[in-house]
Amino acid sequence: MSGVLVIAEHRQGELREATLEALGAALELAPQTGRQVVTAVLADDPQALAGPLMGRTHGLRLMAHPDLTAFNPEMYLPVLEDAIAAAEPGLILMPHSSQGMDLAPALAGRLGLPLVTDCIGLTYQDGALTAQRQVYGGKVSETLVLKPASMYVCTLQGGAFEAPETSAVDTAGEEITLTELSPAHARRFVEYVAGALEDVDIAAADILVSVGRGIGGPENVPLAEELADALGATVSCSRPVADVGWLPKSRQVGTSGKTVRPKVYLALGISGAFQHQAGMKNSGTIIAVNKDPRAPIFAVAHYGLVADLFEVLPKLKDKLAG
Amino acid sequence: MDILVLVKNVPEVAEADLEIEDNQIDLEDLVMGINEWDNYAVEEAVRLAEASGGGVTVMTLGDEEAEDVLRRGLAMGAGRAMHLCDEEFEGSDPATLARAFAAAIGDESYDLILCGVQSSDLGQASTGVLLAQVLNLPFATMAIGIETGEAEITVTRELEANTSERVVLPLPALVTVQSGINQPRYVSIMGIRKVRKMTIGLFEADDLGLDEDQVGEEASQVAGRALALPEVGEGAEMLNGSLDEICGRAVEIIREKGGLS
Ligand SMILES: Cc1cc2nc3c(=O)[nH]c(=O)nc-3n(C[C@H](O)[C@H](O)[C@H](O)COP(=O)(O)OP(=O)(O)OC[C@H]3O[C@@H](n4cnc5c(N)ncnc54)[C@H](O)[C@@H]3O)c2cc1C
Repeated sequence: MSGVLVIAEHRQGELREATLEALGAALELAPQTGRQVVTAVLADDPQALAGPLMGRTHGLRLMAHPDLTAFNPEMYLPVLEDAIAAAEPGLILMPHSSQGMDLAPALAGRLGLPLVTDCIGLTYQDGALTAQRQVYGGKVSETLVLKPASMYVCTLQGGAFEAPETSAVDTAGEEITLTELSPAHARRFVEYVAGALEDVDIAAADILVSVGRGIGGPENVPLAEELADALGATVSCSRPVADVGWLPKSRQVGTSGKTVRPKVYLALGISGAFQHQAGMKNSGTIIAVNKDPRAPIFAVAHYGLVADLFEVLPKLKDKLAG
Repeated sequence: MDILVLVKNVPEVAEADLEIEDNQIDLEDLVMGINEWDNYAVEEAVRLAEASGGGVTVMTLGDEEAEDVLRRGLAMGAGRAMHLCDEEFEGSDPATLARAFAAAIGDESYDLILCGVQSSDLGQASTGVLLAQVLNLPFATMAIGIETGEAEITVTRELEANTSERVVLPLPALVTVQSGINQPRYVSIMGIRKVRKMTIGLFEADDLGLDEDQVGEEASQVAGRALALPEVGEGAEMLNGSLDEICGRAVEIIREKGGLS
């Protein structure tokens, strides 16, 4: 295997943090692969995004074209195919994000490359890649040993790898102005849409009382609201609760909702999928209440209560009043 | 608009006590059901077909029990169901599954193929987009809205941090559906009973013209797989005692750390 190619992610003129985590993974793997890390930035003005990448990748391939302003896999794919043919990487890494989930399977499918997604650990040995993943809602860990291949495509779970220091390596850049893109299909980016206006800003709360699917139904949400009132706290939720409309979308914590850092995060009936954890794991103190002692939420919580939330909620209210 | 939806039968694990045997989770005592994301996809397909005139086909790959998710799809309004059922498929990876689905689609022409963003069991989020590659179709993942137009659709894709984007795809196309795109209809036992006589097309690997080495472990990119249960109790300090005691302690912690005392 030779070298690691990282595909940078950016949106609305800003490099996305997850790119740096991918570089952390890439630099860790580089010694095992015997070659260097090259980062591909596809953008209208890739130079403007290069700052945070300096010192964190050996090579920087800045590929410029106006049609690369917003992400579009049909524009990315032909450009990447050329870049891959030139660099011949053994491993192609990108975040397991809305972009990576669009791009990675398309790239792997089109080039006939093996694909492993949502990895939390990667090792490379004897010509084959081994990937660590989490399955069954994070309750089971999976180790996949792939068959030997000359090139693999992997996406990385947010938060699983650390961004490298800014002076980890020397970076040499190369600018390439693309004249023509040749998309296979006419997918067209129209516009970005900002999320709906919110009733409250959960990110501003000192204490969050957060409910998951375990709350059971809309009729039980007031139980959490009463506790929140007694604490001067705000009610937030996991995605399924917002999906079915038991609470507004603006209350959702997680990758596709809000990132919060309250002093206290009380998680009630939330299993702790990584998309949820990503939005709350940096809270000051996390207290989780769950019936299931094996719920993944207990891995990020500071304090855990294995209990039925319907017994815990009234009890907490009593204790506060008393 | 003729729409194909891929659905998967998965175990409900959130509250279950999982056990691992031979590197598989023991499904014996687990309740199976339609993958959450696929349920939204079926609902979306039925709505789009109702609005535009057209039919919905549901297709799954799985053991005999997986027929339940097809019946459920029929009860929700699909008119046709296809079941890829063969032990030969065991151990297939997403790329292999995509080729099997493509073979089953053959030269049938759908205007739109819908899949869930991911399945809740393995969470690979790959099969849909890989199928689009085999079929050479334009695609978009993570749809929280689909509007139909003249020979094209506009898909609202959910991105991170409460932002979305709108993209236009020419038809035919493949879209993966994110949870929350709609409110799926309730499926009653009566509803399932009503469709029990509808025939479901059954396909083995052979029927799809797939050889042994094109399906299952042999065709898969995975050489070995190991499953393990993480240690219990790594991470949080678990509060022990009676309900009264642990709640008392929890209130103390909230007061102290939340700056209330
Ligand atoms: C692209 C993408 C983005 C996503 N973004 C987000 C996001 O931003 N935020 C998010 O939260 N999710 C997100 N998800 C969904 C995520 O994968 C999980 O499906 C979701 O977080 C699960 O929510 P939950 O924990 O409430 O439900 P479940 O996983 O169903 O867990 C319910 C929990 O409640 C417990 N429980 C049940 N009853 C009780 C009771 N009476 N007392 C105590 N405990 C009880 C159960 O033991 C279980 O642990 C995303 C998924 C995808 C694919």
